[in-house]
Amino acid sequence: MNGVHDMGGMHGFGPVEPEANEPVFHAPWEGRVLALRRAASAWRRWNIDAGRHSIERLPPADYLRMSYYEKWFASSIRLLLDAGLITPQELATGRRDPTSPIATPPLTADKVPVAIAAGGPTLRQISAQPRFAAGAAVRARDINPTGHTRLPRYVRGRQGVIECHHGAHVFPDSNSRFEGENPQYLYTVRFAARELWGDSAHASDSVHLDLWEDYLDAA
Amino acid sequence: MSHDHEHDHDHHHDHGQDIPSDTALRVKALESLLIEKGLVDPAALDAVVDTYENKIGPRNGARIVARAWTDPDYKARLMGDATAAIAEMGYTGAQGEHMVVVENTPEVHNLVVCTLCSCYPWPVLGLPPVWYKSSAYRSRAVIEPRGVLNEFGLSVPDDVAVRVWDSTAEIRYLVLPERPAGTDGMDAEALAALVTRDAMVGVAKVAGPAAKEGA
Repeated sequence: MNGVHDMGGMHGFGPVEPEANEPVFHAPWEGRVLALRRAASAWRRWNIDAGRHSIERLPPADYLRMSYYEKWFASSIRLLLDAGLITPQELATGRRDPTSPIATPPLTADKVPVAIAAGGPTLRQISAQPRFAAGAAVRARDINPTGHTRLPRYVRGRQGVIECHHGAHVFPDSNSRFEGENPQYLYTVRFAARELWGDSAHASDSVHLDLWEDYLDAA
Repeated sequence: MSHDHEHDHDHHHDHGQDIPSDTALRVKALESLLIEKGLVDPAALDAVVDTYENKIGPRNGARIVARAWTDPDYKARLMGDATAAIAEMGYTGAQGEHMVVVENTPEVHNLVVCTLCSCYPWPVLGLPPVWYKSSAYRSRAVIEPRGVLNEFGLSVPDDVAVRVWDSTAEIRYLVLPERPAGTDGMDAEALAALVTRDAMVGVAKVAGPAAKEGA
């Protein structure tokens, strides 16, 4: 979707402001939000792409105003409701619907180290050969899907060069819609900064993106 | 858990106060509900928080960098298959499933960003700092990387190319900074102490021991 989350190249957000001696969490609730998301994800009612899309779908003004963990919290509520793990009534009252069964959590403390160390690899084996070889000229497609995509606006229609491929990876556009992993080759594509931003960019600079085969045409 | 009144409190995130913020109360309410329903295990929540607060952080990445500086065979493995070479050191998993290391040289400076969200190599750097997740960094790193680097106090000469890595997929990037001068006799442990998170994202260089002491 052409959302406000797709920020590459925008102006007006001011300087980058690093914080000295920044803590991992600025308040305990931030850590709880992270942990709740991780633990609730273990129900496998959504995937990482649907999770990202739920953040992208926050109203644009809210997206810009909220902190990172506020966004995660709001999107987690959305995911829990959409998955039917909680009901609007339960959310409003903060109490379990007494007629609903009590579940057994899939992620217990003893499983946390293994779950974090395993992560969720997206590499898949496919029989097809890569369409593009290293050094090939490609053009990012000018697509404007209303759903989740990882093709930023700032490269659409622009020409780049294939640096390498990383094997076949789960395709976020379909996976976010629960329409299957559709694994396909993932390439690092190098775009000259001037191809993206014009003559004001430095002649020797470049921007590298990881783009799936369905985002690319031969140039 | 009503949202009706949240807009009255949006600008009062005074985390240092004794009175919990509206958000803190709402998070607590959701946590209690999920525990009551048996959807999450409170001990698992504690374990996740403890992992990211205390066990995973940029010291992991610093050990990778220091070993690459001191062990040419390791560096070759790291540049060839970063995921495997980093796993050798015990760092794997969530948000670092597929790793690539990009090397700074006298000719090339690398900078990592995620313009679409906040992707960051958690197993080697921990959770990202607020500035990395900020709209300012995400919007500007790709269009004016040299301006952003200047704000971090790093002026990249005209004859050095800047390569920006926008983390649009599940590949996570770690910058291998240049080893600073004046560190010839130092072992990997002493070198790791010099390596900062910012240098491994690409917004800083690694300072030598004298410069660090004076900072």
